[in-house]
Amino acid sequence: MGRYLVGRVLQTVLSMLVVVSIVFVLTRLSGSPIHLLLDVSATERDQEILTRHLGLDRSLPVQYGLYVRNVALGDFGNSILTRRPVTEHILERLPATIELGVVAMLLSVLIGVPLGVYSAVYRGRLLDRGARVFAVLGQSMPTFWLGLMLILFFGVVLGVLPAGGRGGLLHLILPAFTLGYFTSAAILRLTRSAMLEVLGSDYIKFARLQGLPEPLVLWKHGLRNALLPVVTFAVLLFVQFLGGAVVTETVFAWPGLGRLILESITTRDYPIVQAGVLVLSALYLAGNLGVDLLYSYLNPRIRHGGA
Amino acid sequence: MAARRRQYPWFAGAILGALVVTAVFAPYLAPHSPTEGDIVKKSIPPIWMNGGDAEHLLGTDRFGRDVLSRVIWGSRISLLVSLVAIGVAGTLGTLLGLISGYRGGLVDALLMRLTDIGLSLPTILIAVVMVAVSEPSFRNVVLVIALLLWPRFARQVRGETLAVKAQDFVALAVVAGRSSAWIIRRHIFPNVVPTLLVISTLQVGYVILLEGTLSFLGVGVPPPNPAWGLMIADGRGFLATAWWISLFPGLAMLLTVLAVNLMGDWLRDHLDPKLRQAVGVTVADAPAAEPVPTAIDDAPARRTTAVDV
Repeated sequence: MGRYLVGRVLQTVLSMLVVVSIVFVLTRLSGSPIHLLLDVSATERDQEILTRHLGLDRSLPVQYGLYVRNVALGDFGNSILTRRPVTEHILERLPATIELGVVAMLLSVLIGVPLGVYSAVYRGRLLDRGARVFAVLGQSMPTFWLGLMLILFFGVVLGVLPAGGRGGLLHLILPAFTLGYFTSAAILRLTRSAMLEVLGSDYIKFARLQGLPEPLVLWKHGLRNALLPVVTFAVLLFVQFLGGAVVTETVFAWPGLGRLILESITTRDYPIVQAGVLVLSALYLAGNLGVDLLYSYLNPRIRHGGA
Repeated sequence: MAARRRQYPWFAGAILGALVVTAVFAPYLAPHSPTEGDIVKKSIPPIWMNGGDAEHLLGTDRFGRDVLSRVIWGSRISLLVSLVAIGVAGTLGTLLGLISGYRGGLVDALLMRLTDIGLSLPTILIAVVMVAVSEPSFRNVVLVIALLLWPRFARQVRGETLAVKAQDFVALAVVAGRSSAWIIRRHIFPNVVPTLLVISTLQVGYVILLEGTLSFLGVGVPPPNPAWGLMIADGRGFLATAWWISLFPGLAMLLTVLAVNLMGDWLRDHLDPKLRQAVGVTVADAPAAEPVPTAIDDAPARRTTAVDV
């Protein structure tokens, strides 16, 4: 267990370093930020001063070292546009992203788990086939298009749900479903196969022979044993939501981190783009690590098998 | 997973066939230019609606461009991007996977750590930033997608390579004094091809969605190209008045990805030796390569090669 843990943590740190490096290289590829920071009237002298101030006159390895150090310390510099610290911008937007992610995860579990359980119970029947169509569609649907079509139907045609922005619970329904649909499809499939396995086991047969009411057999004895992979998966997906939120946030004008990144790409506010990507990536990697560790703790077989 | 063997997916096959025909013969099939429009005829609804025009079956967009023609040409972009990106990623991934699996040792350890890292990155995010900073263009989109895709190939190919390498005929070739390159080319690679085919197909849908997402976000194929993602983004501001601009390209995308996914599932059941053995289909109807017992075989009885459990 110890070795596995250390290896996994080390790999996560390495991955993060790769992300930092990619971001560093990309920003250097995109040219000097001097011209973005200064207006046309700036003299050569101004440019020189700023170059030195930003440390751009140093050698690349030194710049890289400084960059990694600043990132590690949580210093992402100032926004080019507003001159405010990038960290402030990020912290402003992060809660909205997390809120959307949490609700989307809950929604996809609430849809995926019951549908999965009943698909397993009524295997091969109409409900199972319907759920299969739901799942297959969910894994083939372009998220952004689904979002637009939901806006069209519920926002424009029926006029019952708001088409965008952040507000009460009503504002959350469409974006959360859009973000969660793909996932609920995956959860459905996973729950179904786990339940099928559990339902064939002796203790379920025994519970039924005892005359326990069917709901109790299903939800208590059945689901509880099928739940481990589902829960792990749900947490993992929540983490991925954070990365995938760029799309949904854009479609629904949701004021989260993903949209901030995209807006900053348009305005060429690169410090914010960098920081946003780094923060979301860090959350993503940390989440993956957490799930792996949790899973290996819950399921000892992982610890001994494989690499 | 003891799923019964699937029927050939006729529905998916038909859609894919139609798609390829559409993409190849786009210039002959499209009634209008995909990029030039008549601004006078902007936002005309589809033919079955009030104000529809027989000239434009699916209506026109806000620049008066024919939606049907753009959807038809768009199939070219989607297919081209996925073919080239998967071609590049597949070649690179296969090469690294073969080397990693066959050589083993330090090379293997290094390459596989690299693969782990590649697989752990948040794909969409990295793709968005990469394309955004490097100027959106067809070439950059393809390169970025390929860069994010190769680890998936490397991982699988390595696994297969390990399994094939443990076979007697490889040992025999080594004894016979064949070079590593020869053995990889003649013995290992042919046995990896079915797996390769399956992964490639399963990735097509993913690549089409990724390209669509990038184009939709404005960091993919640049306008005025008729990429489906771009078209959907174009109609975004006009959902209330001209929903057809966004609806039809999205529908085309959904059908395409759906068809590719169904086909991929079928291919996996049909070609992947792992599954074939697990399902218990006899070796006699294996189409090409010899059956290969693998490290992660579902059927324990057939596990004949030395595998650490």
